[in-house]
Amino acid sequence: MARFAVRRLASMVAVMFAISILTFLLFQVLPNSDPSTRLAGRTASPTQIAKIRSDWGFDKPIYVQYIKTMGKILNGTVTSYQQQLPVEDQIRQDLPTTLSLAIGAGVIWLALGILFGVLSAWRAGRWLDRGLTVLSLVGVSMPVFFLGAVLSYYIGDKARILPAGDYVALTSDPWQWFKHMLMPWFALSVLFIGVYSRILRSTILDTINDDYVRTARAKGLSERQVMIRHVLRNSLIPIVSLWGLDFASVLGGGAILTETVFNLHGVGQYAAQSVEGLDIPPVLVITMFGAFAVVLLSAVVDIVYAALDPRIRL
Amino acid sequence: MATDPAAVPGTEFSPGLPVGLASDEGEAPPGIGPYQLAWRRLRRNRVALAFGGLFLLMVVLCLLAPVYAHDIAHTGPNDPHITDVIKINGKPTNVVSTLGIPIGPTWHGRFFLGADATGRDIAVRLLYGGRNSLQIGAEATLLTILLATIFGIIAGYFRGVADGLISRAFDLIWAYPVYLLGIALGVSLQVGGLDLGLFKIQGNTLILTALIIGFIYVPYVGKPVRGQVLGLREREFIDAARQQGLGSLRIMFGELLPNVASTIIVFIPLILANAVLTEAGLSFLGAGVHDPNPSWGTMITDGIKLVPGAIHLVLVPGLMLVLTVLGINVFGDGVRDALDPRAKVRIEH
Repeated sequence: MARFAVRRLASMVAVMFAISILTFLLFQVLPNSDPSTRLAGRTASPTQIAKIRSDWGFDKPIYVQYIKTMGKILNGTVTSYQQQLPVEDQIRQDLPTTLSLAIGAGVIWLALGILFGVLSAWRAGRWLDRGLTVLSLVGVSMPVFFLGAVLSYYIGDKARILPAGDYVALTSDPWQWFKHMLMPWFALSVLFIGVYSRILRSTILDTINDDYVRTARAKGLSERQVMIRHVLRNSLIPIVSLWGLDFASVLGGGAILTETVFNLHGVGQYAAQSVEGLDIPPVLVITMFGAFAVVLLSAVVDIVYAALDPRIRL
Repeated sequence: MATDPAAVPGTEFSPGLPVGLASDEGEAPPGIGPYQLAWRRLRRNRVALAFGGLFLLMVVLCLLAPVYAHDIAHTGPNDPHITDVIKINGKPTNVVSTLGIPIGPTWHGRFFLGADATGRDIAVRLLYGGRNSLQIGAEATLLTILLATIFGIIAGYFRGVADGLISRAFDLIWAYPVYLLGIALGVSLQVGGLDLGLFKIQGNTLILTALIIGFIYVPYVGKPVRGQVLGLREREFIDAARQQGLGSLRIMFGELLPNVASTIIVFIPLILANAVLTEAGLSFLGAGVHDPNPSWGTMITDGIKLVPGAIHLVLVPGLMLVLTVLGINVFGDGVRDALDPRAKVRIEH
């Protein structure tokens, strides 16, 4: 078990290294966007541009730039082109918002995804199942920023039931925080609820016909016990591992659309705003951290799996 | 290749007799291929067919955009009418009010669904935008399916170093959250375009957005294809093909491809639906289609900026997008059930 964990973590580090190179190269190939001319402003003389180029190290070979950039990221001293503020301070400031969004939405989509999936499988082929299937298909066909815009217009601006956007810190006013987060949580969850409930439904229907379920029935367990202890327990495994990955993705800035449409100053919105100004360092750092979060969580999921199921430790 | 019964799509996993054999024996039941069986199942699924029809209707409507613009609306998708005054019920009305609020639906030929902030006809832009959205979706899907099939089969068939390289590449792409990778590629390529040596692609074009989206989704199809090929390559019919002296290329694309075809077919609507949604998302973030090119994504985005004043600017393109994607999804679900009622396929964001 320990050997598996070590090997899995080593491969995780290798993947992260590859991601850092790939992400760096992605922004290096950026054509005709020599940042020094933009940093220097409109009325810069060639000597000023040259000075900025050497100050920021844009004249160095690409691998030197890579090592320097990674060093800066590790030190937390990367600065954005536009406001020249430390990127990681900004991310630290935005992280509570993203964390609030991810945790709340994560709980909602896991709970409702499981509930709808179980109900759908339980009533497979009946009207409840069909209704839930239609709902989940509508859910996966809905762009989150459209849903967000429509919700915040009708519930926020028109009916004034909930605030239409913005973020209130949990520490400053818990009730306002909850009210402000409710719509973003729901908007972000809809897609995942649709996906999870459909996966769970088909997994349960597959598991119901497995041999060990027949054994459990044959040895006289009640239907309730069979469903909860045998069928549901095994069907939940793919859902929970998926949840880990989706949660990591949302945490790493993947909820960029939700954050932007509800004006939540989270990590994703920071990336989106930097994109508008072609401000590379924040986008680079957030993209890299987002991928890191997914890789880390997927390693954790694999190790937990291996601990639970020895067959996986190959 | 047509004379080789194994090369006929799908005969490999048919429980019935191969088509050629069945026709020789007079009394044997007519050989029904798995695709024929699937088509029969799909034909009975009225809901799936109805939604497939809905999607087709949307495609046809969008293809007719120039006809609508020329003969009914009498205006192009990018023609501003910001200072125009039109007659509604005999009363002259500004297309865009002095407060900057555009008119809502008139339900007449001109401005059937209203105007946007610069007085452009929403209905015309909706159809042209749909054309762009669907074109990007189709091109992206084509790219994803093509690359995923080729690399998935190569990785699964050769294993070893080739598999290592391809699988790691898949893992790398897959690790990035979709929209973050999308905007990262969007910003770095939209400015100056892509120069692949042999051919150059201009920045800020529809095809570039399609390429980005198509590239992002490759691992989501490539991984399952690879997995299936890994299992299939150990089967007897591949041994037989090798004994006959068929080359790797013939085995991969003559023998293995027909056997993973049903998986690939199931993925096509799924990728198409996601590609259309991703285009909208990237355009919303400013890393996809740009003005004055309309797409459903840019139209929703433009509408959101005016939201308290004119919600129809969001609702019209948004509902069009949802209906189209829903049509693809429900039809795709039907196709999946028809091909393999037990298959489990998904795409994550």
